[in-house]
Amino acid sequence: MLGQRRVIASIDNAAACLGISGGMTVTHAQSLVPDLSVLNATPEEDEAALIRLAVWCVKYSPLVTPDPPDGIFIDVAGSAHLFQGEAALIKDLCQRLETQGITAKAALADTPGCAWAMARYSDASIVSPSRCAEAIASLPVASLRLHPTIVSSLHDVGIERVAHIASKPRAGLKLRFGSEVLLRLDQALGSAQEALTSLVPPEVPRAELRFAEPVGDPEDLKRIIEKLADMLCRDLEKRGVGARRLDLVFVRVDNIAQAARIGLSRPYREPKHLSKLLLERLVVIDPGFGIESAALTASWVEAVTERQTVGRHLNNDGSDVDVSQLVDTLGVRLGQNKIFRLAPVESALPERAVKRVSALHPGKGAAWPTNLPRPARLFEYPEKVDAVAELPDHPPRLFIWRNVRHRIAKADGPERIHGEWWVSEKEAQLVRDYYRVETADGSRFWLFRDAPAEQGGTWWLHGVGEA
Amino acid sequence: MALASPPIAVADLRRLLERMESHGPAEAGVLPFGISEVDGHLPENGLQRGHLHEVVEGGPASSYAALASLFTAGILARLPGPVLWCLRGRDLFAPALARTGLHPDRVIYCETWKDRDVLPAMEEGLRCKGLAGVVGEVTKLSLTASRRLQLCAAETGVTALLIRRWRSLNEKPLTEEPSAAATRWCISPHPSPDAGFDGLQRQHWKVDLLRARGGEPRSWIVEACDATGHLALPAEVALGQDTADFARRAAVG
Repeated sequence: MLGQRRVIASIDNAAACLGISGGMTVTHAQSLVPDLSVLNATPEEDEAALIRLAVWCVKYSPLVTPDPPDGIFIDVAGSAHLFQGEAALIKDLCQRLETQGITAKAALADTPGCAWAMARYSDASIVSPSRCAEAIASLPVASLRLHPTIVSSLHDVGIERVAHIASKPRAGLKLRFGSEVLLRLDQALGSAQEALTSLVPPEVPRAELRFAEPVGDPEDLKRIIEKLADMLCRDLEKRGVGARRLDLVFVRVDNIAQAARIGLSRPYREPKHLSKLLLERLVVIDPGFGIESAALTASWVEAVTERQTVGRHLNNDGSDVDVSQLVDTLGVRLGQNKIFRLAPVESALPERAVKRVSALHPGKGAAWPTNLPRPARLFEYPEKVDAVAELPDHPPRLFIWRNVRHRIAKADGPERIHGEWWVSEKEAQLVRDYYRVETADGSRFWLFRDAPAEQGGTWWLHGVGEA
Repeated sequence: MALASPPIAVADLRRLLERMESHGPAEAGVLPFGISEVDGHLPENGLQRGHLHEVVEGGPASSYAALASLFTAGILARLPGPVLWCLRGRDLFAPALARTGLHPDRVIYCETWKDRDVLPAMEEGLRCKGLAGVVGEVTKLSLTASRRLQLCAAETGVTALLIRRWRSLNEKPLTEEPSAAATRWCISPHPSPDAGFDGLQRQHWKVDLLRARGGEPRSWIVEACDATGHLALPAEVALGQDTADFARRAAVG
């Protein structure tokens, strides 16, 4: 309600197609579309729903700030690596929201202001680092989060785009339109810092420390992390759970929050192990002028089952060695996808016979068929070789690989491999005849001809060494 | 007084506890190759566990270190526990390792692209008690780095195996620099005996022990690892040419 008039607060896509827009009176809209369905706006309920959505967004980062009426800020600076990068994170976020029936637009930029503008007024979703100015230059001035009255008075003097504001003298702008214009511009460009108060998810194990004096020394940060881990682990122990994901948030004296996040392969509550992993991520923290408070949150917990420790003198068969700490440490240091196990795939093509599985994937005992000799090193791309065979269907007598002539003394084959016709049309035609050959000096190679001999296939080297 | 002198069994148990609780270097033991000629020549009658060992490869495709990988896999196949294999590249083909008896469920791979990342990852693995071994594919290894790995290995009893491979010819001399490894092996291909019409026999390797702490260098011709990771002496060398011929005739007839 705006005075005596009923005004439309928000609309859905279908209404937008019919030419209805926000700010229109309901009578006007009903005259355009007689059977329009109108619901009373409930801003309080909308805000509560937004906060619920923000709590869900903690999945992506510990620093989430709801921005009523319709936005959420997520600071992914310390956690994008867990989602294989920023682009993948945005895609995942949008897909998940879409499956829940929420229409959303996400943008990622250096500053909250720039991301706000991009999400609402631009089609691009990721602004590369330090490109904020270029990205928002051509956007309308409303994208600077200005009050509508300021926007309309800017329009009155012909300032339509952000670039126009940036080109005007600052003193005059401030005198005429107030300091908000400059503040919002600086915040969007990153020359003024913007502190966001992040949401504290309720009911999660959390340890917090506040300091009388700002702290910035790496050694002190290390001790803080150890202390926090210790406190958190005691809390986790009381609840009988272990952490699967930890969020470390440092709040600096200028109220900027710095976050680091680590994922764990199984629930843990050993302070030593947790603080070791957190220290690996300490490089992403910029203490600035000092840190005022620190908090460690276990944003994902799972029940832990106690296990009896076994002395090393008894531990002989090696089947119950716990490698999860090793996997975590290497995963945090090198990236989660860099540490893996290889599992067999039932495929005729050698390059598809192996797939990566998680390093702690319970082994199923499956292995590759043992009767097929395979090279120890398989080339990612087979290398073309010139080979000479005496008879069409015989193994070659010699081949030239990288300008070196290899005379073949013995050979075994062919082992015919057909393409997997269900994969693609082209693969149905694929035939390879593999030969294991041994040269005069005893080296073994794995060669193949990419078509039957009578069709004149070419020769390729696919691997070296043999088991 | 029944408690005046504890029975001998209790004293034995106390000694056992003392030994178990001692924090000295783990008693890692020795892994024999199972070939009396090789084991008899090595200082401890086998490959010392909890030490650093180096493997290089000779032959035309030596930059791929394929035989060195198989030799390493054969050693690990005979040790209990999980294995950490620090890769430097993507060309290792796991089905071949499985054929030497190293089951894929036992191996955790750690993919890195630089020597700089391989060595810290190896150290992390060597600090994890209970692993069978840690394998690293590296080119350059300083004496200090190798000592560090050796110390870590000695502390936990995890065997460290380095595959020294090179990518370009000017990197090759780097793999020949001295290190603190207990042994250094070179595996080269060797022609296998004629198999007639039934294809190829087991591959033959020339295994050179280039350096061994407290031992002499020596070379052997052996048959490549079998499905349990064991090397074997070829029949001709073990028995002499005549008996080998006789054995073959007997097998045929």
